[in-house]
Amino acid sequence: MAEASFSIRLKQQAPIPLDIEFDCDSGEILVIAGPSGSGKTTTLRSIAGLYRPASGRIQCHGKCWFDSAAALFLRVQQRSVGMVFQHYALFPHLTAGRNIAVALRHLGRMERRKRIAELLRLVNMQGLEHRYPHQLSGGQQQRIALARALARDPEILLLDEPFSAVDQLTRRKLLRELAALKRQFNIPVILVTHDLDEARKLADKLCIIHHGRNLQTAPPGTVMARPDSATVARLVGLENVFTGTIRHHDGEKGYTYVEWGGTLLEAAYQPEHSPGSLIDWVIPPENLILHRRDRPSRGERENPVYGRIAEFIPMGETASVLIQVEQEARHLFMSVPTHVARRNDLGSGGPITVSLLAEGIHLMKKE
Amino acid sequence: MDWQALTLSLQLGLYTCLILIPISILAARAIAWRRFFGRNLLQATLALPLLLPPTVLGFYLLLALGNRSPLGRIYEHLFGHPLVFSFQGLLIASLIFNIPFAIQPVQRAFEAVPESLREAAWCSGLSHWLTFWKVEVPLAWPGILAAIIITIAHTLGEFGVILMVGGNIEGETRTISVAIYDRVQAFDMHSAAVMSALLLLTSFAAITAIYVLNDRIARRHG
Repeated sequence: MAEASFSIRLKQQAPIPLDIEFDCDSGEILVIAGPSGSGKTTTLRSIAGLYRPASGRIQCHGKCWFDSAAALFLRVQQRSVGMVFQHYALFPHLTAGRNIAVALRHLGRMERRKRIAELLRLVNMQGLEHRYPHQLSGGQQQRIALARALARDPEILLLDEPFSAVDQLTRRKLLRELAALKRQFNIPVILVTHDLDEARKLADKLCIIHHGRNLQTAPPGTVMARPDSATVARLVGLENVFTGTIRHHDGEKGYTYVEWGGTLLEAAYQPEHSPGSLIDWVIPPENLILHRRDRPSRGERENPVYGRIAEFIPMGETASVLIQVEQEARHLFMSVPTHVARRNDLGSGGPITVSLLAEGIHLMKKE
Repeated sequence: MDWQALTLSLQLGLYTCLILIPISILAARAIAWRRFFGRNLLQATLALPLLLPPTVLGFYLLLALGNRSPLGRIYEHLFGHPLVFSFQGLLIASLIFNIPFAIQPVQRAFEAVPESLREAAWCSGLSHWLTFWKVEVPLAWPGILAAIIITIAHTLGEFGVILMVGGNIEGETRTISVAIYDRVQAFDMHSAAVMSALLLLTSFAAITAIYVLNDRIARRHG
C-alpha cells in the first residue's frame, strides 16, 4: 500500500496523555471526534506545530515535521499548514482583504492583489474585502478565515471546530462548500469537532478520540455499524449497547448465538469470539424493526423481543421510544417516524414487539 | 510664566518616554503572557511607586543616587559632577516613578490580545518579530498610547520626588510644578495661576485624548 500523504503518531503521558496514530490522504477529510477534553485540539495543534508533544512522529508529503527520535521539530512557520481557528482568529484591526494579505507577504503587490481576488471568489466573498471582521457575520468570518488558511497553498488544511459559532442554516451551507473545496485542493483536510452529526456528514474517515487515545479510525459507516468497543459505540451515540455471552457458532447457518439475559439471540456469524466468552454487543438503530399491527414485515422472525413502552417522547418528525423488555430489567431504545408511531398506536405503557436483525448485531470484545 | 521650567518639564517627559516606553512594552508583554516564579512580587515592586508617598520615594532615590552611594560615586567620577541635583539625576528619578504608569496600561492591552491571533499570524507564515509588529503592537496600541500620554502628563505634574532629588535649580532641575511652588513662595500669585491653569488644561486634554482614542479604536474593532 502506498504511503499516505499525511501520517501522525504521538505518545506522551503528561501533561495531557496522548496515544494517537492515524493517517490521511490528499483529498480526504479526516474528522477527529470525541468529547471535550479528549485531546482533539492538542492533536491538531501538534500537527500545526503550536504544541510540541513528548514523543512521536509527524510526516506530511514525504517531509518530516516532527520526529522525537531525531530531536526534529519544525516551527509553525516552517510547516506548510493552513489553519482555521475555532473562533476564526481574524485580525480585528485589518479588513477582510488585508487579513488574507497577511498570509501573502511573499508575493509582489500586483500578484498579491490578484491572489486575494481569487481567494475571495473561491469562498464567495467578492466585494466584502474592505469590511472589518466585526462588520461580517459568523459565516462570512469563517469564509475569510478559510481563505486566509488556503492563501499560501498549504500542504494540509486544519480546522478546529469550524462550525461551532454559526447557525444551523449557515452550518449546512458551509459543510457543503467545504466538501466541494476539498476536491479542488487535493490536500489532506483534518477537522476537529465534538458534533457527531457534523462528523458523520463530512468525514471520509472518522477518528474517535477519548482520554487522549484514538480508539478507532475508519469510514463513518464502519464506525457506526461496527465499532471496535463499547466505548466507541457509546461515544458515537449508539444507545443499544449490551453485554452477553457467546453460546455457540453455527457456520453452516451463518449465525453466532448470543445469550442476552434470558433471550438467545441470533447474530451474524462472528467466529473470532470463542464460545462461553463474555462480550459486548451493539445494534445500530436501523437494525431494529418494529412489528406492525396490521401485517407482518420483513425480518419479523428474527430475534423477536416483546416489551412495554416505558417512555414515549415525540420529537418532531420522529419519536423516541424506550422499550422495557418483558420480564427483564433491560431497556432498548429506538427511534420511530411519528406517522409510523401513530399508525401503530404507540404510546407510553402500551405493548410493543420489535425484531433485532441478526446481520446488524455486532459483537465486540468485552472491555 | 516660567518658559524655561516648562521646556525643562517637557524635555524630561520626552526623554522619560523615549527610554521608558520601549522597555515597558517588552516588560509588560512578558508579564502579561508569561507565568514565571516571582511574577506577583515583580508586579508588586513595579506598582510600588503608585502607593509610596513621593517624598519617601524621593528620599530613597536621594540615598541611591547621592555621592555616598556607589552609583553616585561612579557617576561623579565619570562626569565630574554629582548625579543628584542634576537633570540626569532627575531623569533617573522620573524613569522610576513613572514605571507603573508606563507598564500597567500596556500590560492590560497585551492581556487583551488573544493567544489565537498570534498563532494565526504564525500559521500565516509571519515570524515572531513580524507578528509583534503587525499584530501585537497594533492591537496593544491604545494601551501604549495611553502609557505615553499618562507618563508625559505625570512627569509634568510630579513635585515631591523632583524636589527631593533635584531641588530647585533654575534651568537644571526646576520643572514647572516646582516653579509653581517657587512662585507661590515668592507671593507671585499671577505667574503661579497662569502655570497652574496650563497644567490643568494639559492634564484635562491628555485624559480626554485617551478616552477619545480608545473609543475610536473600540468602534473600529467592533
